[in-house]
Amino acid sequence: MEFDQLIIGLAGVIATASPIVFAVLGETLTERAGVINLSVNGMILLTAMSGFAVAATTGSVLLGFAAGMLIGALVGAVVAFTSITLRQSQVAIGFVLALMTRDLAYYLGSPFTGQNGPRVPPAPIPLLSDIPVVGPLFFDHDLVVYLSFILIAVTYLWLFRTAPGLVLQGVGERPASAYVRGVDVNRQRYFYTILGGALVGLAGPAYSLSIKAGWQGTISGLDGIGWIALAITIFGGWNPLRAATGAYFFALLQWLSLVLQPVLTGIPSQVLQVAPFPLMILTLLLVNFGSTEWVRRRLSALPEDQRRAVNALIRRLNVSPPSALGTNFRKQ
Amino acid sequence: MLKDARVGGWGARLIGIGLALGFVALILLATGAPPFQAISLLITGAFGSTRKIVDVIATSVPLLLATSGLLITFAAGLWNIGIEGQITLGAIFTVGALRLFVDSGAPPGVAILVGMIAGMIGGGLWAALAGLLKIYGGVNEIFSGLGLNFVATSATIWLIFGPWRRPGVGSMSGTEPLPPEFALPQLPDMRISAWAVLLSLLGIALVYILLRGTYIGLKLKATGRNARASFVLGIPTSRYTLVAFVLCGLLAGLAGAVQVTAVYNRLIPSISSGYGFLGLLVAMLINYQVIWAIPVALFYAALIVGSIQLPIQLRLDSSLAGVLQGALVLFVLIIDGVRQRLRERG
Repeated sequence: MEFDQLIIGLAGVIATASPIVFAVLGETLTERAGVINLSVNGMILLTAMSGFAVAATTGSVLLGFAAGMLIGALVGAVVAFTSITLRQSQVAIGFVLALMTRDLAYYLGSPFTGQNGPRVPPAPIPLLSDIPVVGPLFFDHDLVVYLSFILIAVTYLWLFRTAPGLVLQGVGERPASAYVRGVDVNRQRYFYTILGGALVGLAGPAYSLSIKAGWQGTISGLDGIGWIALAITIFGGWNPLRAATGAYFFALLQWLSLVLQPVLTGIPSQVLQVAPFPLMILTLLLVNFGSTEWVRRRLSALPEDQRRAVNALIRRLNVSPPSALGTNFRKQ
Repeated sequence: MLKDARVGGWGARLIGIGLALGFVALILLATGAPPFQAISLLITGAFGSTRKIVDVIATSVPLLLATSGLLITFAAGLWNIGIEGQITLGAIFTVGALRLFVDSGAPPGVAILVGMIAGMIGGGLWAALAGLLKIYGGVNEIFSGLGLNFVATSATIWLIFGPWRRPGVGSMSGTEPLPPEFALPQLPDMRISAWAVLLSLLGIALVYILLRGTYIGLKLKATGRNARASFVLGIPTSRYTLVAFVLCGLLAGLAGAVQVTAVYNRLIPSISSGYGFLGLLVAMLINYQVIWAIPVALFYAALIVGSIQLPIQLRLDSSLAGVLQGALVLFVLIIDGVRQRLRERG
């Protein structure tokens, strides 16, 4: 019985991670192209609200997801236009949009607060869902969760195994070289900022039509998730597989904080709930500190053999962002 | 930061403001609300009576303190998104210090002074943490700041439901109110403390002097403009990064202390009230020029006070104020960009 509950809990972790998976995959693609879209938090709220509103009005869950993707793409387009064409700071524009789209969600969503609406029906996959352990974990969900599995694989293969994926890597790492080779850098950036926005736009409806069905305004419990998604994107080292792993890890921590609460009575529940955030900072610390000034200076003082060992360790931990991330590209 | 391209762009700025108002009007039209009435209520709703004007000034105090701190971190080229947590820690430290004085017999003035200083220390420490993580850990301040904001919020909730619980059962309404004499004295018949207003004006004045007329300010700005060049030229950029964080944290902590001593008189779950993020918007809208901080902070405070009337008079959600506050910055940024593009072409 204990074991069954564990499986059910872990299946829940996989399901609740799926909106975060959409968001980190979208942000990974956008940042790979050299653009940072900081507005993810507001985008998730706005697309959750509009996805729910459209689905509740039309009765079609599919249209709800389409609306979410469309609005996500639109916000991506605004980020692309202001940062690429108008060369304004990507951080500034993203931050403003993060706040504005959040309030827009609360304002426009107020008539829909607490209403009943459709939700994505469960869709256990025949035969596969009957396999012990693996079945309930991976094949007894709804289409949203299966889509998140598919998109992880597609994004990974697209980025590392296809010609356009190679171009994308080049645009983020060496835009000037990509340009010399005939790539329209800014067009690529537009494309991936809009595509990434559309993927983030899946996250909102994934919440409001499946994982946390409904729209509850400010108490929907979705405020903050987008900021976490941004941190997970870095944690994932701009690699779709690692980013998805980060999303599952985060969902696992949140679940553990709920489950362990009655066991660890000495620790207040608020401390457990917030545990993922210090861990996230710690992870960023681990992957980044090797490249800081003072560590470099210390290292150069070490004897040769020790230095080599430490360097190797740091290199294993280190993830480096796309070199051109956050910068504008101008043709000379 | 592209300052010369922006100075004198008053016409452009007005166009930006007009577009933002037009954008909000479109949203209102689309939702079947009366656009003119709603926007004018939002702006004028704050000036209907002396009492409301006083509310606006009181609301602008923590916002102005947050903005003045952020002008320092912006000058040093830092995105101090962790300011919300710094305000929160300021409030926690202030409440913590004031609780020590309950039933101590010490004069309330001393208690308040110690409480305010404790708040500044709390904010400064939380900001220093973000600074140290950046300098010694290579962690971008945006992400450490976000994480620390969450930690600060849950620390508040833990205190409210744990050690500082109200006698009986803890509730989201906050801790037990502190003795009334631990609140900053208010003007007769008005919900405003002259001390708090004075502190916020002092804060912005100090930042103005710091950035305009001091050696430290100059080095901070040099670090912000070009960290690598400054480092090569002998400025210890790490130290100035930390200084910027701590100074901002002190002011943010003071904002938190004001939230306790002039507004709530206790610790509540969302004690920072979003003033930190709003301060980031104000700093962006004034293009990091200190002299504009006071009028724009007052205007943003007016929008907050005006929005309280929205649900009452027009049955509209008060979050409309946030939409306008964001849209203003968005469209001013867009118009700035358009102007620069046009200049390049022409």
